[in-house]
Amino acid sequence: MFSYKAIYVIVLREFKRFFRQRGRLVVTILRPLLWLFIVGAGFTRIVQSSGGIDYIQFILPGIVGMTILFSSIFSTISVVWDREFGFMREMLVSPVSRVTIVMGKLLSGTSLSVFQGTALLAVAPAVGIRIDPERILYMMVFMTLVSFAITAFGLLVASFLTSLEGFNVIMNFIVLPMFFLSGALYPVGSLPDPLRWIAYVNPLCYGVDSFKHVLLPVEGVFGAEFPLYVDIIMVSIFFVSMTALSAFNFERRK
Amino acid sequence: MAIIRVENLVKSYNGKEAVRGVSFDVKEGETFGFLGPNGAGKTTTINILCTLLMPDSGYAFVDGYDCITQPHRVRSSIGLVFQEITLDNELTAYENLKFHCYMYNMGKRVTEERIDEMLETVGLSDRREDLVKTFSGGMKRRLELARGLIHRPKVLFLDEPTLGLDPQTRSSVWDFIMKLKEKEGNTVFMTTHYMEEAEVCDRIAIIDGGHIIACARPDDLKRTIRGDTIYVRTTDDDRAQKEIEEKFRIKVRKVEPGLALLVEGGEKFIPRLFEALSTGIVAVNLKKPTLEDVFIHLTGKHIRDTGNTGN
Repeated sequence: MFSYKAIYVIVLREFKRFFRQRGRLVVTILRPLLWLFIVGAGFTRIVQSSGGIDYIQFILPGIVGMTILFSSIFSTISVVWDREFGFMREMLVSPVSRVTIVMGKLLSGTSLSVFQGTALLAVAPAVGIRIDPERILYMMVFMTLVSFAITAFGLLVASFLTSLEGFNVIMNFIVLPMFFLSGALYPVGSLPDPLRWIAYVNPLCYGVDSFKHVLLPVEGVFGAEFPLYVDIIMVSIFFVSMTALSAFNFERRK
Repeated sequence: MAIIRVENLVKSYNGKEAVRGVSFDVKEGETFGFLGPNGAGKTTTINILCTLLMPDSGYAFVDGYDCITQPHRVRSSIGLVFQEITLDNELTAYENLKFHCYMYNMGKRVTEERIDEMLETVGLSDRREDLVKTFSGGMKRRLELARGLIHRPKVLFLDEPTLGLDPQTRSSVWDFIMKLKEKEGNTVFMTTHYMEEAEVCDRIAIIDGGHIIACARPDDLKRTIRGDTIYVRTTDDDRAQKEIEEKFRIKVRKVEPGLALLVEGGEKFIPRLFEALSTGIVAVNLKKPTLEDVFIHLTGKHIRDTGNTGN
């Protein structure tokens, strides 16, 4: 049984949990600001600006990407969490289909990520990047697409994890490399060969690139590296395949 | 009419058979107990009936639906309370129930009505807006019972519903289970390894090592133990022992302090014992067989000592 009501209540639950976990809320707000104003400000002094763009401005799209990456992956950990604390069983014995549960988790992860990403855009003027309704709209469209892709990927990973310890491994060996090889802190075109190939299969790389199209519409090393349609196609392919795999994986009964 | 029908269920994990050809029927409205030591196959059977596990072979039907081919239908017909707490601690009592109702596709108005009604029944109306993490173990159990029945399932499955609760809370949880069952009129299928808790059941199946070794009403099971035990203390136990053995031709065991004898119809035997003995009688105690005795009789072991904790 596919149920919109079930999806609604799964999303509602994740939002309630998000706003009730104070620690998570504080980390969520502070982490991107630390990166932007400490790492960004530090490197701005030693990295030459290009095409009228300072380093601190260059990393804003990447920091938005990071926020989405961490938020999406962290929201999928709730699947592992639910499994460890038994709540997953409450969902699995209900009459709604597994696909409904996957969709609910996908939508809640995505909407939380887009919500955080959009909130972060409020600091754009502080680093000298112009923000207007049109840019916000485009950003929200691309952020939604990227969030879907990464949440779907996270759900697939989470479906294999049986404990919260496994999540730390994932954090360090998947999430951080995904961030570092996304073009967030340096253009992927400047990476040495094997690393660049990895970057080319990293969905976040295309996601960050699409944000650069909106926020840094300039030529040169600090601008976007791929055509926008490539970004959209690559992220979409990733999203569809990951969603299909995680839905399939959830549907299995042992 | 059988609301649960199980035929020849077999399930193994990693080559080890947890359930080896289990068959039984549960009638509508019955309270059916599934008894056995840890690792006997109770939870495996319940998980198959709840569509969480696939059996290797055999059939299972709940409310006329096939647990293997119609899992969604089965899930709509059942409510569950698991061994472990499966509430969301970060949500309130009300929010946990609302989550459940929406997962079962209940309308907004019905949801609100049922939440009020169920919270009232389990005595948690005043804790409605409190986070579940502030609840005691017994309160969480009561909330889970309310949740398990809020969508009016035909069958409520209880897997060790009082595990880890103190004796006082355990008995109050059972009061609520019986009260709810009376009010909602559902069938109850429960597992437990507390023998005394199984007394509330209409029928009991005893499972050991993946097999059902007995299935009957509690009183009938107890009747399989022939006789009651009488403990008697006299002013001269040696003489009393000799007299009883001569007059009644039954075996008398010496226990510390006093004597123990196994007889049928213990109540009627006590007056005869008083007449027959020439020694003074200090104390008499009659013990009816318990389900624990039945279990020892059938398996030759105590329920708590057997098996391991692998579920």
